[in-house]
Amino acid sequence: MSHEPQADDPRLVEESDPKLGYLGSDFSIKSWLLTTDHKRIALLYLASITFFFIFGGVAASLVRMELMTPRGDVFNAPDDYNRTFTIHGVFMVFFFLIPGVPAVLGNFLLPLMIGARDLAFPRINLLSWYIYMLGGLFTMYALVAGGVDTGWTFYTPYSTMFSNTQVIAAALGIFIVGFSSILTALNFIVTIHTMRAPGMTWLRLPLFIWAHYATSLIIVLGTPVLAITIVLVAVERVFRVGIFDPAYGGDPLLFQHLFWFYSHPAVYIMILPSFGVISEIVTAFARRKIFGYSFMAGALLAIAVLGFLVWGHHMFVSSQSMYAGLIFSVLSFLVAVPSGIKVFNWTATLYKGSVSFRTPMLYALGFIGLFTIGGLTGLVLSTMATDVHVHDTYFVVAHFHYIMVGGMVMAYLGGLHFWWPKMTGRMYSEFWGALSALTVFIGFNLTFFPQFILGYMGMPRRYYEYPEEFQVLNVMSTAGASILAVGYLMPLIYLPISLLIGKVANANPWAAYGLEWTTASPPPTHNFEEIPIVTGGPYDYELQDRADQQREVQEQGIV
Amino acid sequence: MSSATAPAHDNTFGQDDTYLYHHFDDLHQQHESSSLGMWAFLATEVLFFGGVLGAFAIVQTLHAPAMRAASHHLDVLLGAINTGVLLCSSLAMALAVRAAQLRQDRHTVWLLIATIVLGSAFLGIKAYEWIHDYHEELVPGLNFNQERYPGRQILFWSFYFTLTGIHALHMVIGIVIMAIMAVLVWRRWFTGGGATQIEMLGLYWHFVDIVWVFLYPILYLINK
Repeated sequence: MSHEPQADDPRLVEESDPKLGYLGSDFSIKSWLLTTDHKRIALLYLASITFFFIFGGVAASLVRMELMTPRGDVFNAPDDYNRTFTIHGVFMVFFFLIPGVPAVLGNFLLPLMIGARDLAFPRINLLSWYIYMLGGLFTMYALVAGGVDTGWTFYTPYSTMFSNTQVIAAALGIFIVGFSSILTALNFIVTIHTMRAPGMTWLRLPLFIWAHYATSLIIVLGTPVLAITIVLVAVERVFRVGIFDPAYGGDPLLFQHLFWFYSHPAVYIMILPSFGVISEIVTAFARRKIFGYSFMAGALLAIAVLGFLVWGHHMFVSSQSMYAGLIFSVLSFLVAVPSGIKVFNWTATLYKGSVSFRTPMLYALGFIGLFTIGGLTGLVLSTMATDVHVHDTYFVVAHFHYIMVGGMVMAYLGGLHFWWPKMTGRMYSEFWGALSALTVFIGFNLTFFPQFILGYMGMPRRYYEYPEEFQVLNVMSTAGASILAVGYLMPLIYLPISLLIGKVANANPWAAYGLEWTTASPPPTHNFEEIPIVTGGPYDYELQDRADQQREVQEQGIV
Repeated sequence: MSSATAPAHDNTFGQDDTYLYHHFDDLHQQHESSSLGMWAFLATEVLFFGGVLGAFAIVQTLHAPAMRAASHHLDVLLGAINTGVLLCSSLAMALAVRAAQLRQDRHTVWLLIATIVLGSAFLGIKAYEWIHDYHEELVPGLNFNQERYPGRQILFWSFYFTLTGIHALHMVIGIVIMAIMAVLVWRRWFTGGGATQIEMLGLYWHFVDIVWVFLYPILYLINK
């Protein structure tokens, strides 16, 4: 039984141009700023996240320029260097990596993929964007006006008792932006539970949806712990009471426990949605069913659960007990099992597939390789003995950049290129797309591979000067960073250009499988002309290709 | 089947004139979504309080004697009265939810007002306790007297004010929303009498009460 839509439903009044879909229903700025359409909110997020990414990227360039020579020369004082890498860390982590894939691609695709007309709470979705912007601009002001020199980790007691910078203002900005993540995650969980199209059972969900479900669970359970930690830091700093400061009877390790209880799962908030993106791209361009669907879905949930139990591996050289360290070490190794399942299953999906190397696939293949390196070096860090050697060195920096940049950013760009025709109705230049994917891959490896060696040789992170024997590798890294920057600039140019001169995309330009490809590009405001009924599982490419062949035989008589 | 012709036994929660938002199929789905959303939000709240309660549990275990000595300065009787007041407000809230579901708007408004009064009474007693603490020089950061309360007792008070402070903040938010809801129900602003909205507010209010049920023993009764 279904209800007739109400007569005052706004979507019935706005007749939109069918060619422009949701983009064409109204062109005024007000209609964008007050929209409750998940697709438009995704584009608002896309614009703002790109803005913060560039901001954090400029800070990274300054850091790399400083490190080109052993002496400090770009910045006047080491303090400025500290402020700059804090800007880089805070903006990249809290305003790009964490919201990136869910807020842009997830917002746009989640209702489309499960056959819903919108997210469950469209107004809360818009609210989350406003909260994001408020937190972002607030943090930006704090970091530019006064600066913060604590690094993105805000370790106590330095952050609460000694640092003379805008710690509270920056922390408040992060506190605010946390609510935006929580609201998005709430929306996703409820939408996936209650708004699936008829026939879209849990085991027919695309892995992109499973990935966002697992991510949302982590956000809902982890982010509030960071929020309360920030409150306690603020209380200690304002009232000068000892919660974390040993001088007043507090315990600095307590801060580290609380902080990493959120911030380690946050790593999985950043990477799990990317796993979903890669599963979609790999199947579409290998034209194969995903290998081991239920293991892939289970691995996502397993990572979400295990991710909450490993935070102590950030604290091996703190005064944490050796036995606690042992347990955290073993649990960290366990995370490698589901992560390994993912990499092996993507590879097995490629095996005997008919692979085509389009831009999204190039990004996806880059992801698989770089994530594997990042994951394997993670094992070095979760082994207590070797961690002591490379703790707080560039080895750690290289490791997490391989996961974050080599993983999340590659997947984000791959996903953006994959769904760009769906989002905008236009195709971008394949040549420039492939070139950017290649440039990013080369630039990335040149930037971060030398840092593994630097770290292993003993160069500590967060230092502004270094001994001369490290210079060759640092120059390589800086050179790689400039190539990487060119790779990132390219999509910033050819993607907007595609809006003007790009070929018009049809509903399914990649011949991909999934509900989002059954509706027009760009989709109409209400997503589907008719709510789809789902009769099979995801990624049935073999079946689809055989059906296409049969149709061709029937229509044209060719074999 | 359209909502206007839905029979009485249809699963519409007694709100068959409720506005159905365009992206939902039916009222059941709409109600389920609100409910699940609120429960998920409460899960974040559990972890929010869980973080600071966990920290407090560690401190309390490490420095048990000092914590017990500090807890001695709290007024157990006032705490007990406050617990009673808050539980009564929860009862009024539960009745308000029931009244809203039965579309008894007048009852709903009066029960919401009763909840607001009881909640405010709790905050009043709490404020009285805080002022008393201030006179006893117990407030860290303002006038804590390290000589009168030596050792790690200050830690107890840091946590005491943080915990009761964020709890009181949650109550203030709840009371403000409740006041708005009461006005809206009074003006018949909601289609369907606001049954879903008041039910969600009720979930939030009961959660805030349950937090106090945990705070009272771990703050007031640890020296018993």
